[in-house]
Amino acid sequence: MKMTYREALREGLTHALEKNPNVFLIGEDVGAYGGTYAVTKDFLQIYGPERIMDAPLSEVGFVGIGIGAALGGMKPIVEIMTVNFSLLALDQLINSAAIFRHMSAGQLSVPLVVRMTTGGGRQLAAQHSNSFEGWLAHIPGLKILVPASVEDARSFLTFALKGNDPVLIFEHALLLNRSEEVSSEPITISPFKALIRKEGPRLSLITYGGMLPRCLEAAMDCQELGLDIEVIDLRCLRPLDDRTIFQSIKKTHRVLIVDEGWRSGSFSAEISARIMENCFYDLDAPVARLCRKEVPIPYARHLEEAAIPQMKEIKAKIQEMLK
Amino acid sequence: MDKSELTILLFNMMRVRRMEELCAELYTQEKIRGFLHLYIGEEAVATGVMHFLRPQDNVMATYREHGHALLKGVPAKNIMAEMFGRTEGCSGGRGGSMHLISLPHRFYGGAAIVAAGIPQTVGLALAAKRLKDNRRSICFFGEGAMAEGAFHEAMNMAALWEIPVLFCCENNLYAMGTALSRSQSQLDLTKKAENYKVAAQSVDGMNIYEVLEKTKTALDYIQREGKPYFLEFKTYRFRPHSMFDPDLYRPKEEILKWKKRCPIEFLKNDLLSKKSITLEKINELDCMVEEEMQAAISFASMGSLEPVENLERHLYENDL
Repeated sequence: MKMTYREALREGLTHALEKNPNVFLIGEDVGAYGGTYAVTKDFLQIYGPERIMDAPLSEVGFVGIGIGAALGGMKPIVEIMTVNFSLLALDQLINSAAIFRHMSAGQLSVPLVVRMTTGGGRQLAAQHSNSFEGWLAHIPGLKILVPASVEDARSFLTFALKGNDPVLIFEHALLLNRSEEVSSEPITISPFKALIRKEGPRLSLITYGGMLPRCLEAAMDCQELGLDIEVIDLRCLRPLDDRTIFQSIKKTHRVLIVDEGWRSGSFSAEISARIMENCFYDLDAPVARLCRKEVPIPYARHLEEAAIPQMKEIKAKIQEMLK
Repeated sequence: MDKSELTILLFNMMRVRRMEELCAELYTQEKIRGFLHLYIGEEAVATGVMHFLRPQDNVMATYREHGHALLKGVPAKNIMAEMFGRTEGCSGGRGGSMHLISLPHRFYGGAAIVAAGIPQTVGLALAAKRLKDNRRSICFFGEGAMAEGAFHEAMNMAALWEIPVLFCCENNLYAMGTALSRSQSQLDLTKKAENYKVAAQSVDGMNIYEVLEKTKTALDYIQREGKPYFLEFKTYRFRPHSMFDPDLYRPKEEILKWKKRCPIEFLKNDLLSKKSITLEKINELDCMVEEEMQAAISFASMGSLEPVENLERHLYENDL
């Protein structure tokens, strides 16, 4: 059957709310408005205001409340409207949620799930187009999930709620309307494992989140040109399944990383460093990267497109690397 | 309130005071390192508030929280071991003076990010309300925290959603070195709470009787109405902000003036004048305190160091 990424997120949330009475949603416009991206439409009517809590514009406050509720035995799912606003709540996420277990020598658990929309590509300009998931993956104690497929959008929440650690789920705005074939029951492949979305012997293209569909498209185009490459979807940035990356490189000997984040000090840099540490002698060419240009994202469509890796650019890069 | 209860209150204030004095000594001996913030002078606040709390009640406090931890039931030996950085410490030696945590005592620790614990306590209270598990949730913070957005956001949501929290502002007049009058336009702190429709009272934090009375009123209100309550305790720290603070920003006369209002001396003298306690009994209490604290120190000195191999333990649930 076919399902959109939005419907998949909704199904994941419905499942969570139905299954566990201690699950509740809190965030800006999750209730009466139906979710900024219409993911939680009608939830308020179905589950009531105790479980679908419309929060005031108080990111540090309601993330803090989420942490406290998690400490107190609830299973809060906090929605931060977009990753851009998560900066207001970073203190709570980093100085509290991420550290409580370790700092208390294992006494405290923060079973908190935070969902947020991420990424650029919709002409929303510099303050609404950030891609900070790689940056947040710097923080020990957090788990960073980046569902790129509809199937993953449906099942990741279930995994996040199974554990007792703080999990951030980054849902890419450009994926919401994507429709994909899914099985009737959710497939349960652990999100902590990278998946090879397309096999191929010539090059390992490593990517995640919103960049996956365009990378796959580029790979299929290249296939027609006789350039058969492998595409790896990381799915989770922390903990990072680097074994899957290394195994692929042992086969292909060439790597291209496509990351929507900025290049300097980025997640792509981390992957590249791990490849150098572990696969140096397997490489036939330097590791290549396509990242966001190091500028704030501009409004004008052509400038935004130039700032974020596009399908054609990815395809050209693959061709250049395999020339 | 009967004699024995008042004696316990005096005893608890003395325990906090003595523990803090010994911490200062141990700090100069370099047995305790890092930051150390002492509660000396403010004892009546935590002692009075904690008097009403039960083991299942949730408490979050600040980095000046040794006394709060002790009064919530965390044994002095585990507090001291924590400050010595030993595994026997209540946080396994990973928190230190600013982060005493003990889940069995529902003591969620010292937050060293000012105001971070305020929304978290609202969250604890929300969970207690939803789970109907009969826990009160109490948050301690300084007046400096009231300049943070987190305070205002938490206050608004607690009132809006009728979340039963007791907010305890320990107003010691200085946010580190900055006087309240130099950092706030509105000096009547209860107005900040009332602005969010949170019931609020100001309390003389040097007078244990008043602390008890107003806390009781607040807790009864919370119980009855299911709504939050804000208490401002006017108090003073007799020592500098931390062991690093040269205390250049306060007039000596001001410090002396407040020291004359020592909450422990106040209660002692009051009990003596009413013949509710004898000097012998006070001496006996002193000895008991000394014994408890010395035992805590020797326990801490004999504590073990966590093997470095365990450094990465407890980051995630399954890292045992």
